[in-house]
Amino acid sequence: MIRSLWMNFIHFPLRLLGCHPCFRLTMFSKGTKRKFADGGEEISDDGLVAARVASSYSLQRQSLLDMSLIKLQLCHMLVEPNLCRSVLIANTVRQIQEEMTHDGSWHMVTEAFCGASQSPSERLVATEVLCRSREPDAEPKLFSVISYEGCREEEVVADETLCSVSVSDTVSNVCLSGRMGQRWEKSDVEREEEALEDSRLGSGDDDEEIDTEDESTPEGPKTIGQVFGTFEIKNGSPGPDSALEELFSDVDTSYYDLDTMLTGMQSAPKMGPYDLLDSLAPSHSSPSIVSTPNCRSDLNELDHIMEIIVGS
Amino acid sequence: MGEDGESTKINHSFLRDYVTEADVISTVEFNQTGDLLATGDKGGRVVIFQRETESKGESEELGESGEYNVYSTFQSHEPDFDYLKSLEIEEKINKIRWLPQQNAAHFLLSTNDKTIKLWKVSERDKRPEGYNLKDEEGRIKDISTVTSLRVPVLKPTDLMVEVRPRRVFANGHTYHVNSISVNSDGETYLSADDLRINMWHLDITDRSFNIVDIKPANMEDLTEVITAAEFHPQHCHLFVYSSSKGTLRLCDMRESALCDRHSKIFEEPEDPGNRSFFSEIISSVSDVKFSHSGRYLLTRDYLTVKVWDLHMEKGPVETYQVHEYLRSRLCSLYENDCIFDKFECVWNSTDSVIMTGAYNSFFRMFDRETGRGVTLEAWRESSKPRAVLRTRRVYTGGRRRRGDVGVDSLDFTKKILHMAWHPAENIIAIAATNNLYIFQDRVKPENQCEET
Repeated sequence: MIRSLWMNFIHFPLRLLGCHPCFRLTMFSKGTKRKFADGGEEISDDGLVAARVASSYSLQRQSLLDMSLIKLQLCHMLVEPNLCRSVLIANTVRQIQEEMTHDGSWHMVTEAFCGASQSPSERLVATEVLCRSREPDAEPKLFSVISYEGCREEEVVADETLCSVSVSDTVSNVCLSGRMGQRWEKSDVEREEEALEDSRLGSGDDDEEIDTEDESTPEGPKTIGQVFGTFEIKNGSPGPDSALEELFSDVDTSYYDLDTMLTGMQSAPKMGPYDLLDSLAPSHSSPSIVSTPNCRSDLNELDHIMEIIVGS
Repeated sequence: MGEDGESTKINHSFLRDYVTEADVISTVEFNQTGDLLATGDKGGRVVIFQRETESKGESEELGESGEYNVYSTFQSHEPDFDYLKSLEIEEKINKIRWLPQQNAAHFLLSTNDKTIKLWKVSERDKRPEGYNLKDEEGRIKDISTVTSLRVPVLKPTDLMVEVRPRRVFANGHTYHVNSISVNSDGETYLSADDLRINMWHLDITDRSFNIVDIKPANMEDLTEVITAAEFHPQHCHLFVYSSSKGTLRLCDMRESALCDRHSKIFEEPEDPGNRSFFSEIISSVSDVKFSHSGRYLLTRDYLTVKVWDLHMEKGPVETYQVHEYLRSRLCSLYENDCIFDKFECVWNSTDSVIMTGAYNSFFRMFDRETGRGVTLEAWRESSKPRAVLRTRRVYTGGRRRRGDVGVDSLDFTKKILHMAWHPAENIIAIAATNNLYIFQDRVKPENQCEET
C-alpha cells in the first residue's frame, strides 16, 4: 500500500518546485536553436532574439538538470529503487553537466552562487526550500546554487571569487554535482581537489578517517559518486566545520554505503533529511555559521548540509 | 497534459487503483501449445487459464474456438525483507516462462526481483477406491471385518489442479531480475538482472553459473545496465541481451565461459538530427525477443519497435513508429517518469506480425509484409464480448476523423506493458492494469474479444 502512496507522492514536489512551464511541452533539442519566425522583427533584433532563445534553452536545460537531481535524490523508498532508471537519470545529468561545461555556463552559475549579495542565512534558506519543496515559486537559480558547487579545473586556477574555495581550502568540500564537468580530466589540480573531497557520510568503519591524497584513484564522476557512492565523513577539517560536526555528531552514518545509494536506501533512517534541517534551523543564529565573514566557509557549511541532505 | 489536469489524474487513479494495486498484472505468457495462459500480478499470485476444448457440435459451424477459463490460482511469491539492506523485496511477478511439456504435468518458472521458482502444475481427476485396510474416510479398518481381498480401482473424481513448488532458485541475484529464459536444451535456463546474467540447471538450486557480468569495479562508473535477455529458440549456445544504451549483444557460450565479450553487437548509429537530452533514455531497449525462426530479433525502445537480422549488426532491418507523437512531449514524460515505462513486444506465430503496447489502453500491431500499423484498444467500455475491435487513431495533424484521440487526451496511466501471442493461432492476451483481455481472430476476418 505504502508503495503506491510513495510512487504518486514523488510527482508532487516536482510540480511544486516550479518547473518552468515554458519548457514543459518542448523538447530539449540540442541543435534546435531556432529563431522566432516572427516576421515583424527587424534584422537588428535577430541578435536579441537569438540571445533570448539561447537563454531560454539554458533555463530549460537548467530546469532539466534540477529535475534530474531531484529524481535521483528522492529515493526514500521502502523498496530498492529501479537501477536502470537511476542510471539513465544519472547519465542525463552527466550529459547536461558536460554541455554546460563546454558552454562555459558552468562558470556563470558558480559565480552567481558566490555573489556577495547573498548572505549565509539566505543560502541556508535556499537549501531548506529545495528540500522541503514548499515554495512553488522558488527560483531555479536557488537550485543551481545548491547543485553547482565547485567548478571546472580551469576556472579553479583562473577565477578567484569562487574557485579558491575548492582548491586551496583544505576543508572538505561538498561538490554535490560540481565536479561533473571535470571528471574526465586528470590533473594535479584536480587530484588535489579530489583529495580534499567531499564530506561524505559514510559507513561506520570509515568514520573519522581522513582520506586525502589516497583518494586520488581514477574515480571519474565524483558527483555521480555522491549519488551512487560512498559517503564518508571527513572529520579532519578544522575551522567552521566544528559547529556542524557537533550538530551531526549523532547522525548515523552507517547506512550510507557504496551500493546502498544505488540499490536503495534503508527504509528507516534514524535521522531523515527533514530532521536534519530541523536541527539545523536553530543554528541559523549560531555564530559560528552566520558570522563567518567570507564566502568560502559559508559555502562549505552549505555544502555540508547539502551533502547530508542529498546523502539521505 | 496541463499541470492541474495531470495531478487530478494522478489523484484519481491513485484512489481508484488503491484497492486493486495487488491485482495489477505484471506478466502474461502462453505455454508452448497455447492451451494454457499464465498471468502474474503485483501481489505475487499466478493465475493460469486453460482453453476449453471445442466440443459443442452446434458451434462448430461458426468455427468457435475455445474460451479461456481459470484453471488454477496460486500464490507464487510472498513479500520478503532484505535484512542486510533494510529493504522490502517485492512479491511482484516479473516474468513467467513455461517449460516444454514432457509428461502429463506442466512446469513453469516464475520470478520476482530476487527468487526464481519452478512450479509443477498437475491434474488429478481420479482417486483410488477400495482399499483393504482403510475405509472410505481413511480410517483403519478392523482386520477382523475384512473377509475378502480386492484390488483398489481408480474412480473418476472432480478435477483437481495441484500446484506445487518443485525448486526454489534463491540468492542468485544482487540486483533485480528482469528476465528469465528457458534454453532449447530443456535442461538449463538463464536469469538476468541489471548487471549480471546467470545460467541455472533446472535440477540444481544451490548453484548457478555466471555468464555475463557488467558490473564495473567502481559503481560510480556505472553507465549501462542489462534490460532483457533471451536464449536463442534453436541454438542452445546462443543468447542475446539488451542494454539501457540501446545495444544488443549476441553471445556464444562456446567461445568462453564468461561471456562478457559479445560475439556480435547490434547497434544503430544515433541520428544526429534527433539528438536531445532524452536520446539515450528513449533508446533504452525494454524488451527483446527472438523470432520463432531464430533469424530475427525484435526490440522495443520507448518510441519504436525494431526488427534486426542476426546477420546484420549495423542496424535494424525494419523500424516501426509506435507513438512518434510523444517525441515532442519527452520532457513531460520524463517528469512523470513515464519515459521509463518498459513495454514488451511479441511476434505472431509466423513472424509476419509484431505487436506492442502503448498508452491510453492502446496497443499496436504491425504487418511486416505491408509495413502498415494499426492501433487497437483494450478497454472495457469500448469492447463488449464478441464485439469486433475497431481500429483507433491518435490525431497528429491533417484531417481529424471522428473517434480520433488527441495527444493531450491520452491517459498515460493506462499503459499496455505486457502481452502475449498464442504460439500457433491468432489469439492475443493483453494485460491492461488489472484486466486481462483475450482477443481471437475468427475464421471470419473480424476480430472478436472476450474479457476476463
